[in-house]
Amino acid sequence: MMPERIAPLRPFRDRSFGLARKLLRVNWLFVLCVCLLAAVGYTALYSAAGGAPEPYANSQIFRFFGALALMLAIAMVDIRLIAKISWPAYALGVVLLLVVMKFGHTGLGAKRWVTVGGMEIQPSELMKLFLTLALAAWFKGATQERLNQFLFLLPAGLAVLLPVGLILKEPNLGTAVITSLIGVTIMLGAGVRWWKFAIVLGVLLVAAPLLYHHLHDYQRARITTFLNPGSDPLGAGYNIIQSKIALGSGGLTGQGYLHGTQNQLNFLPEKQTDFVFTIIAEEFGFLGSMLVLVLLFTIIAMAFYTALSCAHTYGRLVALGIGTNFFLYCFVNLSMVMGLIPVGGVPLPLISYGGSALTAVMLGFGVLMSVHVHRDVEFAGGEF
Amino acid sequence: MKRETKDRAAFNRRTLLIGTAQFGIFGAIAGRLYNLQVAKHGKYALLAEQNSISERLEAPLRGVITDRFGTVLAGNQQHWRALFMQGLAPDPQVVLDNFYRLVPLSDAEKARIATELAHRPGYIPVLLKDYLDWPDMAALEVNTPDLPGVVVEAGASRFYPFGPGLAHAVGYVARPNAREVAADPVLCLPGIRVGRTGVESWQDAALRGVPGFVQTETNVHGQVVRQLARDPGTPGQTVALALDAGLQALAVQRLGALTGAAVMLDATTGEILALASSPSFDPSLFDKGVPSAIWDSWISDIKDPLQDKVIAGLFAPGSTFKPTVALAAMKAGTLTPETILTCPGFFKLGDHVFWCDNHTAHGSITVTTALQVSCDVFFYQVALGVGIDPIARMATRLGLGTDLGVDLPDSEPGLVPTLDWARRHGILWVEGSTVVQGIGQGYTELTPLALATMIARVATGSAVGPHITRRIGGVLQTGGNPGDWPALDVDAGHLAVVRQGLFEVVNTPAGTAYGARLIMPNVQMAGKTGTAQVHNNTAAEKQQGFNDLTMAWAQRPNALFVAYAPYDNPRYAVAVVVEHGDYGGLSAAPIAHDMMVYALTHDPAGRDVPLGATPQATPEATPS
Repeated sequence: MMPERIAPLRPFRDRSFGLARKLLRVNWLFVLCVCLLAAVGYTALYSAAGGAPEPYANSQIFRFFGALALMLAIAMVDIRLIAKISWPAYALGVVLLLVVMKFGHTGLGAKRWVTVGGMEIQPSELMKLFLTLALAAWFKGATQERLNQFLFLLPAGLAVLLPVGLILKEPNLGTAVITSLIGVTIMLGAGVRWWKFAIVLGVLLVAAPLLYHHLHDYQRARITTFLNPGSDPLGAGYNIIQSKIALGSGGLTGQGYLHGTQNQLNFLPEKQTDFVFTIIAEEFGFLGSMLVLVLLFTIIAMAFYTALSCAHTYGRLVALGIGTNFFLYCFVNLSMVMGLIPVGGVPLPLISYGGSALTAVMLGFGVLMSVHVHRDVEFAGGEF
Repeated sequence: MKRETKDRAAFNRRTLLIGTAQFGIFGAIAGRLYNLQVAKHGKYALLAEQNSISERLEAPLRGVITDRFGTVLAGNQQHWRALFMQGLAPDPQVVLDNFYRLVPLSDAEKARIATELAHRPGYIPVLLKDYLDWPDMAALEVNTPDLPGVVVEAGASRFYPFGPGLAHAVGYVARPNAREVAADPVLCLPGIRVGRTGVESWQDAALRGVPGFVQTETNVHGQVVRQLARDPGTPGQTVALALDAGLQALAVQRLGALTGAAVMLDATTGEILALASSPSFDPSLFDKGVPSAIWDSWISDIKDPLQDKVIAGLFAPGSTFKPTVALAAMKAGTLTPETILTCPGFFKLGDHVFWCDNHTAHGSITVTTALQVSCDVFFYQVALGVGIDPIARMATRLGLGTDLGVDLPDSEPGLVPTLDWARRHGILWVEGSTVVQGIGQGYTELTPLALATMIARVATGSAVGPHITRRIGGVLQTGGNPGDWPALDVDAGHLAVVRQGLFEVVNTPAGTAYGARLIMPNVQMAGKTGTAQVHNNTAAEKQQGFNDLTMAWAQRPNALFVAYAPYDNPRYAVAVVVEHGDYGGLSAAPIAHDMMVYALTHDPAGRDVPLGATPQATPEATPS
């Protein structure tokens, strides 16, 4: 892609270019897609409330506007400054995870949230971004020789395992898996050999039964239910079945806005959060869900475009990590809704109701846009 | 720079690979969506439809039937039953097979369920089994996951505290038949019953109530997610009968093993205070279905336990018809209170000899004495003098041989013949026919209720009509007040003459019912005995010395007795028929006597609370 950009690097000549130029360099198509998805979210949440802006749609759109401003503000921050605070941010993320373990409030059988200044945040969501930044910072100057050194890879591996372990303890299986996959993706992008991951995967497979033993009952239940949805029709499998019915009854063009029976009759508990996609799929059918899929993937594709077009390794790895994070969000949520993987408490970003996931995703998008704006900057010390 | 380029190319390669993989995964998701939303749309759309609000009608609680004092005569009892909502079962046949394995049913029941499943709309559940016992309940509860759509719930069944004692008056309920269901689909609700006889049948509309509904949300597995709305419907109204349960119990007890009927009226209103027919049957058996052995025994019994003999039993009135003949003749002028006719013990008409009872010669007597001693020969002559049609007209006035409009089903008007009737039926009416009409024999057939009505009208001079329902939903029905009834179109003087005769029947030693006189201060009963032959003894039988007491039971005469009291202020009228009970004064009068004593001491007429009880705020405060 764009081979002429690869050969002659064009770092910014002017290191302190102005705000107006930065704004011009923002990927506005990306911002448009984000806004369109937020609009889809408003539509779905309006329907989830039975055709009313309260209690979901309005409050969510206000949150979105706040998060959008935050995103654009971060986009203006120099990526080199962000690179400098990568490890402090990582440390903050770990501290927050420890705080949530100790003081967090329990929701749905898991301690996931802490309230900071009246705002509920989910440290595990922030941790995914902070881990991305830290790993990108770790690998940004790595040579192939160093990448082959075990002692160089070990801290990176530990940097992944520490938050993953803490998130598993919450317990939040879905986010833990996503976090590990982000770590793996960044390491792959940094140039770590494939076979090394194969070894880790092999070890994990061997250790899986042991791990299963340490899972919480509800996590095990989810896995068993996934393997056999009929075994617990009113338990965890209930959601999967109801969600599949919602999708399937949508048909090609849907049952019509505000006329989805599964949605309007409340067969899916908490459909405004994790199962929000079923509302769109049921009421707007296959065409509606495809529109959402296209918008979601456009965002992922543009994150990859930013990664490919970025001149510096830090930005490339950060964009790859953030794009993959968003992809994994979508993948886990959509697969869950369609009964392809166990239910994991992962919302559909930008559409589901809820503040903490939205904030975390938009924070990541802010960093992504900062990479995009500063894709040509020169890092001190000639590191790329 | 070279290394940088190489590293970057490697990054781009890997990034593109990862991006392509992610795109592929999105493609797979899109494919899965296509599969779910478009390819399998039909299946899931159907599931979504079942996965919805289900409305189920609920049978209303049937109204309670009480006696006038609120004693429950027909109430509701809770039991457990299993219903099946076929719309909630993914595969109804599998569910049914599971159910049959747990709760074995007869093939007939299985066939019924299959038919109902095929014909019932989805909002009406099909009854699988009524009266679940605890082992059934336990088996069903434990196996709930195998039985989607099967609901175990409390139902109400009818119970009759007085059992056979009130079976005829109150009647019984049964499952509606196919014709009734076709007319009113609501009737196919499990647990709904329709009245088949008695008050249950006559007042069915008031008792039935309006069905309620339960709206539930159910999922694809047929399990109820939650109840959305519930309308209990309107329970049937309480029907308070004019009956006095205590008096009724006495009548039943006094009839005992005898075959016959006893009925007591409030003489001033026609309200039925007691209505006993013997033998009887257990009405509660119908709710569950009568075992065929028991049914067959009822059907084959010559005593016909299912028949309400009070309203449908037709008996020759015998001498109880004599007051009617007397009144007819006095109205026609062929008889006056002073007319004296002679009884030599027999009456000769042409070649035929009509005997007086026991061939007794009563001598020259007036109508009063003729009634007192129940002289047949006197009334042979009176009947012949007045003619058949005036007798029939008077009978109609007194409520005999005519539709009394009683509020009970299957009542018989009875028959008092007229010349016209004879002509229409191709019967050659001869003078002899008129002669026996004078003593209530021949073609005349009357119900005990008609006889009670007759004696009440004679007693009060008011054209009361018999009825059993006193209040519906607390509202007094028309006819419950003496003022609701018109005066009888019979000369008061003539009535006084007949009453005098009836007084002497009971209260003079020569009277045929002297043994049944009331031993109470200042209260006298007036009445008339009757002994009606049901079998004409042949000459051969007479030679063998047959008499009423030695002949076969079914050939013995019926014993009748009608009476009212107090004589000077009539409040109660009673009619008792004992089939093949020989002499009215012997078997029927004592029963009437005991009932009359009870009525006079408890005085239920016109009351909604028992005599001496603390009056309640509302008389209908008792329905359960």
